[in-house]
Amino acid sequence: MADEVVLLSFWLSPFGMRIKIALAEKGINYDYKEENLQDKSPLLLKMNPVHKKVPVLIHNGKPICESLIIVQYIDEVWKETCPLLPSDPYHRAEAKFWADFIDKKIFDSGRKTCMSKGEETEAAKKELIESLKVLEGELGEKPYFGGEKFGFVDLCLIPFYTWFYSYETFGSFSMEVECPKLIGWAERCLEKESVSNSLADQQKVYQFFGQMRKMYGIE
Amino acid sequence: MADEVTLLNTWPSPFGIRVRIALAEKGIKYEHKEENLQDKSPLLLKMNPVHKKIPVLIHNGKPICESLVIVQYIDEVWKETSPLLPSDPHLRAQGRFWADFLDNKVLDCVRKILLTKDEKEAGKELIECLKLLEGELGEKPYFGGEKFGYVDLSFIPFYSLFYSFETFGNISIESECPKLIAWAKRCLQKESVSESVADPEKVYHFWEQRKKKLGLE
Repeated sequence: MADEVVLLSFWLSPFGMRIKIALAEKGINYDYKEENLQDKSPLLLKMNPVHKKVPVLIHNGKPICESLIIVQYIDEVWKETCPLLPSDPYHRAEAKFWADFIDKKIFDSGRKTCMSKGEETEAAKKELIESLKVLEGELGEKPYFGGEKFGFVDLCLIPFYTWFYSYETFGSFSMEVECPKLIGWAERCLEKESVSNSLADQQKVYQFFGQMRKMYGIE
Repeated sequence: MADEVTLLNTWPSPFGIRVRIALAEKGIKYEHKEENLQDKSPLLLKMNPVHKKIPVLIHNGKPICESLVIVQYIDEVWKETSPLLPSDPHLRAQGRFWADFLDNKVLDCVRKILLTKDEKEAGKELIECLKLLEGELGEKPYFGGEKFGYVDLSFIPFYSLFYSFETFGNISIESECPKLIAWAKRCLQKESVSESVADPEKVYHFWEQRKKKLGLE
């Protein structure tokens, strides 16, 4: 019986992009459904009644929610191809630690940097840059966070690359100046088709935030 | 070579209790080091330089941080005894989902009750979260089904705080979520749990003092 795989997501969501990359890495065919977050579909509300958020993966009718949980699920079900997490328990724990760091430290401070002004932006930007520098330290001289190969932590972080231009413009700073190694790492990741085919366009993201700022009177 | 296992912890932390239960379930001998969070040890700062938080598990000199990451690590390393996560990937994903719910939605309410003046509002929000958990438990003896598992382990440490939530938040968990109380009592029959959870009265006094210090009376 062929697998039926559906992904509910929103084009801007870095969490959704993680899933697209994971599915592409594993070569899984799936049906993509773009959600309108101002008018959530009955399917989304049925499949994620607790959080009502994207992304949701529906595998043979059964939903899996929360991007890191979905990625681990994909890695466990389609375990023969392109393992995303390492096999050693200690390295797996390290990878999960950094994915958790990214979720706690990057998303919120990044979003605040784009959706605020004045002092609030300065505070958010400071936290964002500090956190990105910690990640840069963890990357060190390795080509990928996973070592020689693209892995779980790389997959978790690379979608935020699509927001870099927005961070820089609204936050008035330069990623190249503050975190040059991360820019080098991002360019390396973008050479992978699974990544370049899954990421949103940076300019489109920037325009979206521009519109949101107008809507919320943050100009 | 015998395993060297050390746990850096503080007695009131529900996150530390999770790790203690996991170690007890697996029958792992370890050294417990009580930390003073107002005066963190050089060992803690060395082993968790990023967050400087407890719990930290140190296994043969190598640190593992974040309670759910630690519990999964313990489950993978000592995989022969008392598996905590199920083997089926979809059930594992469900287990992780509810543990994540505890660490996001429930924890938000917990922080508001313990660390802010919005205790009563947060108390109402907490009841809503607990009812969702009660719905997920359903008629099962444990969240894991017939056996105590990952979600049970992740949640039961919060039982030590129920008395505090009720008193500060002006709620009654017993009347709003009777099935959860029954589930908690079932878990407490397990030695690994009863020996690891903190005493609810002690925990209440700890937070009462903390609130006074923070001027939240």
